[in-house]
Amino acid sequence: MDLNTLWFVLIAILYIGFFILEGFDYGVGILLPFLGKDDQQRRQIINTIGPFWDGNEVWLITAGGATFAAFPHWYATLFSGFYLALLLILLALILRGVAFEFRSKDENPLWRSLWDWAIFIGSAIPALLFGVAFGNLVRGVPIDANMQYVGTFFDLLNPYALVAGLASLITFTLHGAIFLSLRTDDEVLTAARSAARRLWLPTVIVLATLWVYTYFATDILERLGINPGVIPLIGMIAMLGTGYMLRRGWDGWAFVGTAISIAAAVITMFIILYPRVMISSLNPEWSLTIYNASSSPYTLRLMAIIAVIFVPIVLGYQAWTYWVFRHRVTREQRLEY
Amino acid sequence: MEAVTLARWQFAITTVYHFFFVPLTLGLSVLVALMETIYVRSGNELYKQMAKFWGKLFLINFVMGVVTGIVQEFQFGMNWSEYSRFVGDIFGVPLAIEALLAFFLESTFLGIWTFGWDRLSKGLHALTIWLVALGSNLSALWILIANSFMQQPVGFIIRDGRAEMTDFSAVVLNPNIWVQFPHTVLAGFTTAAFFVLGISAYHLLRERHVDFFRRSFQMASIFGAFSIVMLIFNGHSQAQHIVKIQPMKMAAAEALWESEDPASFSILTIGDLAQRRDVFAIRIPRLLSLLAYNQLSGEVKGIYDLQAEYEQLYGPGDYIPPVAITYWSFRLMVGAGFAMLALALYALFLTMGEAINSQNRLLRAFLWAIPLPYIANTFGWLMTEIGRAPWVVYGVMRIEDAVSPTVSTGMVLASLILFTLIYGLLMFADIYLLVRFAKAGPEGETAETGPLVAKPARV
Repeated sequence: MDLNTLWFVLIAILYIGFFILEGFDYGVGILLPFLGKDDQQRRQIINTIGPFWDGNEVWLITAGGATFAAFPHWYATLFSGFYLALLLILLALILRGVAFEFRSKDENPLWRSLWDWAIFIGSAIPALLFGVAFGNLVRGVPIDANMQYVGTFFDLLNPYALVAGLASLITFTLHGAIFLSLRTDDEVLTAARSAARRLWLPTVIVLATLWVYTYFATDILERLGINPGVIPLIGMIAMLGTGYMLRRGWDGWAFVGTAISIAAAVITMFIILYPRVMISSLNPEWSLTIYNASSSPYTLRLMAIIAVIFVPIVLGYQAWTYWVFRHRVTREQRLEY
Repeated sequence: MEAVTLARWQFAITTVYHFFFVPLTLGLSVLVALMETIYVRSGNELYKQMAKFWGKLFLINFVMGVVTGIVQEFQFGMNWSEYSRFVGDIFGVPLAIEALLAFFLESTFLGIWTFGWDRLSKGLHALTIWLVALGSNLSALWILIANSFMQQPVGFIIRDGRAEMTDFSAVVLNPNIWVQFPHTVLAGFTTAAFFVLGISAYHLLRERHVDFFRRSFQMASIFGAFSIVMLIFNGHSQAQHIVKIQPMKMAAAEALWESEDPASFSILTIGDLAQRRDVFAIRIPRLLSLLAYNQLSGEVKGIYDLQAEYEQLYGPGDYIPPVAITYWSFRLMVGAGFAMLALALYALFLTMGEAINSQNRLLRAFLWAIPLPYIANTFGWLMTEIGRAPWVVYGVMRIEDAVSPTVSTGMVLASLILFTLIYGLLMFADIYLLVRFAKAGPEGETAETGPLVAKPARV
């Protein structure tokens, strides 16, 4: 594997980590207004992700930084091209992050409800728009010979990308519902389990639609043929298995199921892309690839050494966080924040 | 207005706003870590209360730093895509390392610290806040390594129309780092010290939680006096460094139009911006030479000579940064710095003399001094960044060449308005909460006088 491919894989791993981890806390945020019947339940729900959301968000920041360092043209074309979409995501993340910290610091019901809705919107918008963005990446967008995005914001809102957005939105919501089933007790637990069961079938339908649609909207057929390959199949099986686990009440395994489907979906998108990072819909020659968009070999090698040393350390202490907070957030305990 | 102007406004607004929160994070994390360490070593519950109370204010501030920091990372790609293409090979590296080494550390362990009071042993819990403090300060180091490349580009060559890194160690050990990193961190420590001094003084004057706030005041006075003294020495070295690497910035900061040897220091200059000359000036002879070279003579180059020199070097163009902004930013920063030096030494004197008591009306000054470090921090950055104009990377890339060519004026305007609006609203919410929790004081048991405060009182 050359260094460019290695960095393509590392960035894929960062997005897998981001979507699996932040995916459930987006889901929890989306479900907050619906599952939390009173203030104490909402606080219980927020506390399930309280210790994690900030660390999870760093996966995105790291993916952004890694893209900047390894593929500067990808970083530049993507973020200047998807300007308004990224702006909406950033504003959503601002409101959301602040809301977690601010909501409980005043007992005024209006204040609390304001920030609870900020958490909902701040979770739903990125959950939707990340799917839209990735849908556009694999479908292709108007990029000219100078690597500049020449489309508009509304070009990004094509039907395929919207289906991809709906898929990420609903998958993260299901993932979050299962996470809540693992981390709560009493009424919230019951509500979360029931939400997970009800969300499962629609999720399967949306994902299947996206799967089929991908054959029509992207060049996957001519590049890879009719055989979807083993990764998307694993993803589909994992999602089907999730339904079974949910029915049996095996929440832990159901969570593994949604995590695998998310990972499989991200890997599939990166396989469709490879070796391109942004596909030009105007001329295939104008696509950004891991070669024409990359940094110098010196930078790639340097960054690879740093990543190999530090990624395992980060994984280690993040895993430890989940171990420290493995207990359920119960109504009886004194709830922080 | 052109997109580049709006993009500059957006960068200035979002960066200055972000930097309202960063310095306090840098310093307060260390202070809280010190408090918790004293608690672990002495077993004195008062210090645990202190760590919790100041920790709560820390959290309210920290989250604002986090959410505004995300904008900073993506803004380079959004508004400055040509810059990103040109320097991504170098500039992206410290940003990526910052996320990997520093952000993960501070965010992950802050989550554990906040929620882990009952889950971890005392020592381990104290370790988590030290890791947060380490993460915050490491993050400042890497972002300043990135910024130092813009101030003093090193370790690269230009190939195929973009800058490529040739020497990572040169980028990391950029001479500019040695003056800029201590300056920023010490400014952060000073900010935290004045934050704690001000709030403590407020409560001491009202004779509430006297022991609690006296100890907080003591800790902050030692921490603050140390930091501001070091900061001023370091600021002097930094000024000397700037005379060497960016003489135009120093000339603008001094409104020194003609080269002088020995050079005089400006006490007050009122200039005519259109004519680019002084209307009125009071200057102290030889002082600028003394500051620049530690001796009474030595040439400090003036703006006109530098302009002529740069035209020779880089071709025709305007190489003069906005002189009035640079000049006044420098003065406001240094002025606030010396005011803080006096106050911090006075705080130390009160601490040493056991003289902190509610009868001392002068304590009120510390409450009013809370904005001082914010003024110094803000204008310090304005001088640093605006004084670099017209360069985005000094001597290598101009600001107007760095902007995104495909992002329309309308889009930048829309984002500028939205950021300003949301940042403005959040500022109100943030200050409201900080004031409310700061006024409420520590919860419950430590109150010696006045009513027990079980939960935050209404403002």
